[in-house]
This record gives sequence, C-alpha cells and structure tokens, in this order.
Amino acid sequence: MAGHVVAVEDVKSGERTDVAYEHPFIVRLCHWVNAVALFVLIGSGLQIFKAFPSFGAKIPQHNLINWPKSLALGGWLGGALQWHLTFMWIYIASGFVYIGYQLISGNYKQVLFGRRDIPGVWPMVRHYFFFAPKPPVNQPYNPLQKHAYSSAIVLGAISVATGLAIWKPVQFSWLAWLMGGFHWARLWHFLIMWALIAFIFGHLVMIVIHGWNNFVSMLTGWKKDPEYHLE
Amino acid sequence: MDSPIKKTQFKRVTRRELLKLTPVAALGAFAIPSLQKPLLKAGLGFSDWASAKLFRTQHLAPTFDDSELTPFEKFPVNDYDVDDPEVELDNWTLTVSGAVQKPGDYKLVAIQQLPKVVRNTRHVCVEGWDVIGRFGGARLSDFLKMIGADTSARFVYVECADDYYESIDMATALHPQSMLCYEMYDRPLTREHGAPLRLTIPTKIGYKQAKYLTDLKVTNVLQKVGYWEDQGYSEFYGL
Repeated sequence: MAGHVVAVEDVKSGERTDVAYEHPFIVRLCHWVNAVALFVLIGSGLQIFKAFPSFGAKIPQHNLINWPKSLALGGWLGGALQWHLTFMWIYIASGFVYIGYQLISGNYKQVLFGRRDIPGVWPMVRHYFFFAPKPPVNQPYNPLQKHAYSSAIVLGAISVATGLAIWKPVQFSWLAWLMGGFHWARLWHFLIMWALIAFIFGHLVMIVIHGWNNFVSMLTGWKKDPEYHLE
Repeated sequence: MDSPIKKTQFKRVTRRELLKLTPVAALGAFAIPSLQKPLLKAGLGFSDWASAKLFRTQHLAPTFDDSELTPFEKFPVNDYDVDDPEVELDNWTLTVSGAVQKPGDYKLVAIQQLPKVVRNTRHVCVEGWDVIGRFGGARLSDFLKMIGADTSARFVYVECADDYYESIDMATALHPQSMLCYEMYDRPLTREHGAPLRLTIPTKIGYKQAKYLTDLKVTNVLQKVGYWEDQGYSEFYGL
C-alpha cells in the first residue's frame, strides 16, 4: 500500500527509522522507461527541427531558433526520425501502462491533483519561492507536487496527440483540425516539448533539494524518514 | 503503526525491489553500436507497419479552396540532384513493365485521354514544410486499369529521368486521389516540377511524389525501395 509507514529496527543498536512504500513497481518501471524515452524524443526532436526550423513554407527559410548540434540526437534528419519513430512507441506504451495501472490500482489518488488540493498550493509556492515555513506534510505528494505531476501527465498525452496529428495529418485530420490546423499542431508539438523541458528542469532541481532518500525511493519504492510519519 | 521490521530484512526487500527494475537496462541496447542499427530499423519497420494499418483506402486527404493555394512561384522545387534533368519532351514515353497485360511505351496523350482530375491538396515535406498546390492529371488507378495491371501485386515502382526512384504500395496506388500528374496550377508541368509526368499522392510524404517519370513497373518484389528510403527513411510514410 503506497504511503504506508513502517518502522525499521537495527537489531544491534536498537535504532529505529521510519520508512514508507511510496512508489509501486509499475510506477517506478514506467517512470524510468519514460525518462529514457523522453530524453531520446527530445534529442531527436531537436534534430528533426534542425531540418526545417521555421514551421512555414520553404521559402524563405529563417533560423528563428538554433541550438548546438551536440544537444541533438540522430546526426541527420533520417537518423533522428528513426529514433523518434522508434521511441515514440516506447513512450506511448509506458504512458498507457502507467495510466492503466494507476486507474486500476487506485494509486492515482496519490498523484492526481484534485479540488481538495487547491488550498494547499499557495502555501507550498510560498515555501519554495518566498522562504515561508514548510506547511505540515501528511501525504507522499504535497498539493504543488500533485499539480506538477498531474500537469506533466496531461502534457505527455498532448505531446502524443499533437505528434499523431503531424505524423498522420490525413488519417487523423480531425486531430489536426482540433489543434487549429496542421501548422498549429506542429507548433503545439514543439511548445509542449518546451513545457516538458521546464517540468524536467523543476523536477531535477527538487530532487537535488530533497536529497538522496527521496531519489532512492524512485528506485526501491521505499523512502526513509518520510515526513508524514508524525501524522 | 505496525511492529518494526529488522534492518537486514528491509535491506533484502529494497534490494529485490531495485533488481525488479533491471528490464529498464534493456533500453541500453540502443547505446551498443552493433545493436543500434538493427533496433532502429525494427522500430522504423514497426512504424511503417502501423502506418499501413492506419491507411484507409477510401479516406480522402483534405482538399482546399483556390484561395488557400500557395502561389505557384512559392511552390518549392526540391530535388536530390538537378532541377532539370533535360527530358526530351517531344519523344518522351512512359515505359511500362512487370505484372501488366499491356507492357510497352505509353505516350503522354494516352495518359491524357484518361478522365482528368484537378484538385488542390497539401504537399508535406519530411523536412517539416508544407504547401497547398493545384494538381491535374489522371488517376493512377485508371492508368493501372488501362495497362491491365495485376492489382494483387504489392508495389508500383517508378524510375525517373534524374535517376531518382520510388515505390508505392498497391493500396495507396489505387487510392482515388493518387495521381499521374501532368498539370500544376492548370498549366502543363514545368521542367523543375517534373515535366512531363510526376506522381502526386496526397496520402504520402513528399519524397514519394517522384518527378520526371520514365518507367513504371508493377511488381511483387523490390530490388530497391526508394532513393531516400534506401538511406534510412521510412518506406511507407503515409500521412
């Protein structure tokens, strides 16, 4: 059961530590598969963008945005497309398995941002960005965290939908239409990538701030010294 | 709170939980040079398989109003080699071979006698740009009927005056919008756009729309798939 707290006792010293099982196996598996897939998709996406960086008709072609080749993956357009069209399946599969598991197991309650979490967002923002005291912790994810993760999942779903609209603008012409047309679908796909990059950046910063125990919990599922054991 | 568990026992539990993640390491195979190529080939192959499954024979690509057309001067000229392979337009024929009842050399007038279709469709380049053009010509399916093609064959393979070559799966070749195009913007094809005859297939990516056609073969076996495909691009690339 996620978020369940137990005590671990060192028999020799008699020292006790609280631990909580926070991340079920499927969640951890999908997290790491997805992390690799997203890394590859962003890298190859940057290379694909390099083939034609301005989203419009071929003439004139402007390099509106540019980044070093070293950040891109695949070497050339054909190579990048191979990576992109391979890892998109891994990305989609991990997304489906994750969402399916969360819904069936009921574990989604731990991560899904709901109406009840709204009042808790502002105190967390004040804590992180304006040095206010940390609000009491009584669940694995605080309201701001839930908001971030829930948003990331929605962004992931939109990244797939926009990608599908670009890849198959004829078979899924309704998807492209939904996004305001083929050109907009391409632009949305690109912007969603930046939103995901922003999420990853924030995510990594938080991992560094919250330390080793927190990081290890995504590997073993167990978190040492969860702050909510006092509840 | 439950009764405490022993530290040694907890260590065993966490080690086991960590080991359960080893399947993720399988993705590392993509980093091994000798495995990378076949794995990516398989991934692209899977995408092509899915593309073929998603293709619907009667689902039409969007068509557009004249007001939405990209001006002819702005329609990009893309080729792998030369803009003008200097086709002798007066003596030009399309050489038909393979699984057909009437192989031989077909003059342009023979193709122009087939019912003419004119429509505005989107041309999507793999590079990421797209334009809307006005194309006129004969349905590829009508031409295949005229030459008595065995439509149970798998591919229509074409060769071009600039040594470009392409193949189209039969389902797409028979699609009502797949066209042997001899007019753009209501005028005969210009040389840089593939005079006298090119493919226009709005359900396919741009590199499938071969220009300056010289040969057409109906076949079950492909020696070569296509100029870009043979360098690692998607073979099916349906839109």
